[in-house]
Amino acid sequence: MTTVYVPGDAAAVSMGADEVAASFEAAGVSTVRNGSRGMLWLEPLVEVATSEGRVGFGSVGAGDVSELADVVSRRPQDLLDHPKSIGLVAEHPWLVRQQRVSFARVGLVDPTSVSDYEAHGGWAGLRRALGMSPREVVDEVTESGLRGRGGAGFPAGIKWKTVLETEADQKFVACNFDEGDSGTFADRMIVEGDPFTLVEGMTIAAHAVGASEGYVYVRSEYPHAVAALRRAIDTAYTHGFLGRDILGSGLTFDLHVRVGAGAYICGEESSMLDSLEGRRGEVRAKPPIPAVSGLFGRPTAVNNVLTLCAVPMILADGGAAYAALGTGRSRGTQVFQLAGNIRQGGIVELPFGVTLGELVEDYGGGTLSGRPIRAVQVGGPLAAYLPPEQFGLPMDYEAFAEAGAMVGHGGIVVFDDTVDMARMARFAMEFCAAESCGKCTPCRIGSARGVETIDRIIAGHDVAANLVLLDDLCETLTKGSLCAMGGLTPMPVQSALRHWPEDFDRVSTGSTSEGGVDA
Amino acid sequence: MASTSATDRQALVHAIATQHAADRGALMPVLHDVMDEFGHIAREDVVAIAAVLNLSVADVHGVVSFYKDFRTTPPPTHVVALCRAEACQSVGAEALYADTRARASELGDDVEVDEVFCLGNCALGPSGTIDGRLHGRLSPERIEALMAGWGS
Repeated sequence: MTTVYVPGDAAAVSMGADEVAASFEAAGVSTVRNGSRGMLWLEPLVEVATSEGRVGFGSVGAGDVSELADVVSRRPQDLLDHPKSIGLVAEHPWLVRQQRVSFARVGLVDPTSVSDYEAHGGWAGLRRALGMSPREVVDEVTESGLRGRGGAGFPAGIKWKTVLETEADQKFVACNFDEGDSGTFADRMIVEGDPFTLVEGMTIAAHAVGASEGYVYVRSEYPHAVAALRRAIDTAYTHGFLGRDILGSGLTFDLHVRVGAGAYICGEESSMLDSLEGRRGEVRAKPPIPAVSGLFGRPTAVNNVLTLCAVPMILADGGAAYAALGTGRSRGTQVFQLAGNIRQGGIVELPFGVTLGELVEDYGGGTLSGRPIRAVQVGGPLAAYLPPEQFGLPMDYEAFAEAGAMVGHGGIVVFDDTVDMARMARFAMEFCAAESCGKCTPCRIGSARGVETIDRIIAGHDVAANLVLLDDLCETLTKGSLCAMGGLTPMPVQSALRHWPEDFDRVSTGSTSEGGVDA
Repeated sequence: MASTSATDRQALVHAIATQHAADRGALMPVLHDVMDEFGHIAREDVVAIAAVLNLSVADVHGVVSFYKDFRTTPPPTHVVALCRAEACQSVGAEALYADTRARASELGDDVEVDEVFCLGNCALGPSGTIDGRLHGRLSPERIEALMAGWGS
């Protein structure tokens, strides 16, 4: 019986994958709901297993299924000639040019099968780690050069070392899976397509830092990921990869899933900890850092999904193998996410050092609208907008920081030439006002004043004076906010001002009923 | 759901809270379960949950009011949530949001159109959920088709 793969990934589902899978089942063809290969413009991307490898079919609709099912069961020799065929998926030029480390199994394996996971290299990292002392595991991660993939880029080994060395009756591992930034979906896709990797990474982390309990904080906007993760955790318990005396090592580790409730700020680690404790997700003042006093006041290793998902491979193949990839102090691979107005959006995993232009133009194929690119935002809503003139920038933490931008989590949102950058600057302030936790004044009040000031600029009221005021306000947010929400909101605003000043040079619309400078 | 009597509801909320009472940071899971059961969290539920978890009513109310997902009034028949974040804006989300709100306003209180910031479907925008189901590449025509028959 031929196996047909129909992604169960939320992006594929949003394009009708569930209906496609149901139609195959109705036609008597059994399906595996795999993860997505990350070629999202081709979703639902159906794959048919053949002796040559898996043959892909792009943008399959439920209406295509009966004919495709017929080819599958009766004329397999015609598969490659089918009008929707994209050939052998593993040889697709978009995938062949990538270096998939974190995403090696995503799309390939059945996310519900623990044996499939094992057959593709799963649990090797955990097995090796359990034979090592916690300190050796921490050293291995330090040697790999792995830095936090959530955006801040803090060295993971150093964070773990702090937790390991802090004495406490109880320690925790917490995974930040509150992937709220627009233009990011890699955390979601790896958990939906290969959830055991996160379970394994967290178990290794628990051994390394001495934690007996772990929490994954998932945003509520990701119901498919929540379901995939809960299923994987249940399966891992059944097979002895979680719980008491894991693989006979003596390690006890319990892993829980907690779901957020629509607050962007809970992606900030201290807000996330408060939310996990059952409270309003308000930012905590630092110090103490969570590695010393985190969840319920105990030492807590807080890591992003992709950071933890890189750990099994680092332990399986050694830190040196991971560190061999990348450039400068940005080691390993980064999972870039091409999003927004882009022809070929999706996942591109490559070592650090690839240029922004290669990603957006070579992989992305330019805009979906076919119009010229005007701006790209790299690293989320709290990061800078860059013009095409900067497409030569290598994707590396330090090179981006020097250019007044940030790589962040590697999410890239493309805009064509119809974008109004003053509007985007206004949106950055509006978003901050909507999502601020309200604890500190610059963020809570400053963002609301920012919206008003940009409104006056857009209306052409006393533009020069309001630009000075906006600049002053941005400085207050940058320097006076408690966390990155208020602290980085000026990034998109000021980068828009720097690169597209013409969009802020508005002629008065003639209305005199409001505006003017109060200060 | 709506036919649950006040006493039954109170008993059920009490049972949900009791079931989680021994968990660390039990409040969020309790509130999610009450939402799943009743579609909203009523004032009486807040009082009952506070009693079981040994929290003040103000603490529980503070958490309910902080998170957008927790509603305090029963949901309408249909909920549309459209993404207004940057990636979806780059492919026309703002116009789609305005258009959908205008369309829904003609259907009365039965339909609610909310904004959401990112559904993680940023390469296939504009994205949105319609009665909880995720859709990519939404257009006014597609939304019109999905809303067909509503409010009649």
